[in-house]
Amino acid sequence: MSELKRTALFDLHVELGAKMVPFAGYEMPVQYPMGVLKEHLHTRAQAGLFDVSHMGQVIIRAKSGNPEDARLALESLVPVNILGLAEMRQRYGFFTNEAGGILDDLMIANRGDHLFVVVNAACKQADLAHMQAGIGESCDVEMVEGRSLLALQGPQAEAALSRLIPAVADMRFMDVAILDYDGTEAWISRSGYTGEDGFEISLPDDAALKLARALLEMDEVAPIGLGARDSLRLEGGLCLYGHDIDETTSPVEAALTWAIQKVRRRGGEREGGFPGSERILRELEEGVSRKRVGLLPEGRAPMREGTRLFADDQGAQEIGVITSGGFGPTIKAPMAMGYVSADHAAVGTRVFGEVRGKYLPATVSAMPFTPANFKR
Amino acid sequence: MKYTEEHEWLRPEGDVVVVGITEHAAEALGDLVFVELPEPGTKVSKDDEIVVIESVKAASDILAPLDGEIVEVNEAIVEDPTLVNQDPMGEAWFFKMKVDDPSQMDDLLDEAAYKALIA
Repeated sequence: MSELKRTALFDLHVELGAKMVPFAGYEMPVQYPMGVLKEHLHTRAQAGLFDVSHMGQVIIRAKSGNPEDARLALESLVPVNILGLAEMRQRYGFFTNEAGGILDDLMIANRGDHLFVVVNAACKQADLAHMQAGIGESCDVEMVEGRSLLALQGPQAEAALSRLIPAVADMRFMDVAILDYDGTEAWISRSGYTGEDGFEISLPDDAALKLARALLEMDEVAPIGLGARDSLRLEGGLCLYGHDIDETTSPVEAALTWAIQKVRRRGGEREGGFPGSERILRELEEGVSRKRVGLLPEGRAPMREGTRLFADDQGAQEIGVITSGGFGPTIKAPMAMGYVSADHAAVGTRVFGEVRGKYLPATVSAMPFTPANFKR
Repeated sequence: MKYTEEHEWLRPEGDVVVVGITEHAAEALGDLVFVELPEPGTKVSKDDEIVVIESVKAASDILAPLDGEIVEVNEAIVEDPTLVNQDPMGEAWFFKMKVDDPSQMDDLLDEAAYKALIA
């Protein structure tokens, strides 16, 4: 096994009493002394600070000097309207493969003369290679080194961060800004992965550590580990790559069609032109045989990843599987997402999950499980 | 008070034994979100899986520490599993059992032996 990497905030996590675990090649905090449940609730009520420095930060610049060329080039790898992405705005997307599966999901920001993308930690080297192979002829694609990435999430995030960087108060959901913090460039987006309002902040490692300490001194800010990050994103109905989406799931099966703008669909001005477009565009029109849905188990027993789903309470007709499941601290009930056959995907459909040899009822439910709280 | 290697504690109370999980176990499990207890009256053999608990992380089983019969269970921890994290050695006991052979208690760990186990 190769040695685990550490983020620039490692010593701070230890100092805060975090329980450190291996995650995507890094030693990361899974929880702090507050514990997963309270960390989760704290983020929904006030503000949580997450170290997401393990994620990949990549800059894409057109060799021609014309930023439009980089935007068009990236469209050859994602089924997303990048050309039409306004300056200093960000959009969610995913890399697809030739079979129409998902290689990774990512955030794409148009920062004027270049694009800034954030990809998942476990996929970042593969993503970098994928981009260099796909658009390296027309673009310089570089992994950003020496910068940490923090996320501050929750209804008090704006109040907390604006004490240090006042201009963040003017940003709206999915806005991107480059602002001064302590004499250095803070790359900020008003986004996150908890279903709450909040910010993601890229800073040189030293400045990131300083910002983290300054935020943690505020009453409303608490450090939050990967455990609560997972329950927050699941309550928010958000996919975790490698679990809810992967190379075998298409964006249409994954119910991520909202991220594929009209201009890239059949009849659109820049129809197709991304890997797997044949399957994905066909599925957009003809539908799919299985679909990602939210599920609310009726009892108190959580249905975990891998739980098999059936149409009946005898385990006769298997119709799907859970890909993420646990307990929702805000909804005070178990919650899950998974794939079910299209004829069982309608909201309100009752299905049965196999838990310890019993077939327990769950209802297909709309997501998010908690209302999103973005500043639009 | 006696302990098992499975991180349960046993406290004799009249002619029954109260059973719960240790502070060390509660901490290692993380916040509990689900507890399923056996029906009172259930006859159990040592090492039967009689309780299911789930934390924010994963599901675990709790084993019957001795042969006997479950006489009472603590519904309060079913209603609010986080009680187990708050007071594992007190309020948040799991069940009371009538032990078939009380001398079996002597084979369990005493406090010093349990502390050595988790050290």
